Amino acid sequence: MESHGPFEQFVIHRLVPIQIGNVDASFTNASLWMAIAILLATILMTLAVNKSALVPGRWQSVAEVSYEFVANMLRDNVGDQGKQYFPFIFALFMFILFCNLLGLIPYSFTPTSQIVVTFAMAAVVFIGVTIIGFARHGLHFLMFFVPQGVPAFLLPLLIPIEILSYLFRPISLSVRLFANMLAGHTMFQVFAGFVVSLGLLAGWLPLSFIGALYCLELLIAFLQAYVFTILTCLYLNDAIHMH
Amino acid sequence: MDPAAAKLIGAGLATISLAGVGVGIGQIFGSFVQGALRNPAAAPKVFGNVLLGFALTEAVALYALVIAFLILFVF
Repeated sequence: MESHGPFEQFVIHRLVPIQIGNVDASFTNASLWMAIAILLATILMTLAVNKSALVPGRWQSVAEVSYEFVANMLRDNVGDQGKQYFPFIFALFMFILFCNLLGLIPYSFTPTSQIVVTFAMAAVVFIGVTIIGFARHGLHFLMFFVPQGVPAFLLPLLIPIEILSYLFRPISLSVRLFANMLAGHTMFQVFAGFVVSLGLLAGWLPLSFIGALYCLELLIAFLQAYVFTILTCLYLNDAIHMH
Repeated sequence: MDPAAAKLIGAGLATISLAGVGVGIGQIFGSFVQGALRNPAAAPKVFGNVLLGFALTEAVALYALVIAFLILFVF
């Protein structure tokens, strides 16, 4: 039996090596699980509303509840003007949720535990929101960095802070999701190591703890998808309505 | 000092920030219970915000974890 360190589960393997020029565009296990997440989400949502009825069945209820959940979140935080961005927000939520949940299956791989994946998503949100802000308000969007109701002599101090905190958004957004997934899965592995090392006599103690931890991780998987999406909504609201 | 020992000490020190996170999470849920007992009707409405605050606070703990990992494995 080969030994497994707590970080071995995050190693990326090339499944189908593809080399385009100097770019390594291989199909890896991360790509595989992202593809599975997208496929499952698409199949679930398509089949659920395929034979839609006035009184929803089980699967249609799942689709409707998730639709309403995201739609309410968007309406509460952005208002009616956010409606046109619903497809993106919904796709983002479902993708992160499925990646997080699929990662909890033993021996699977969690794409959201890779900073590359989460940072790519956060960068798309950040750049998109900035473009929306400039497209809607023109150069007036720069006034977003000038806090209102502040004495003028404080502005040279506050404007750089505002700009810096704006630039840190994609970093905090991506690291939050990535670190949550990384920490949760590392913790599983560490406690699984305790089970093996304590053996038959006391090994059931950490094993039962893993069970409790698993429930917490299910909550975290949903919660982090929720937090990522709601922060995207808040950023969108900032860009559309400014202050 | 031996660099390996300094690394371990640094990673241990990075976890001190968990104290603040513990206070924060306790504060969030404590305040929620207090508010919920005063006005139970409003409790379901703010529970989403409670979870959001919990997740944001927990993320701070994870930044500390990331820093601990950086100290241990990158440098």
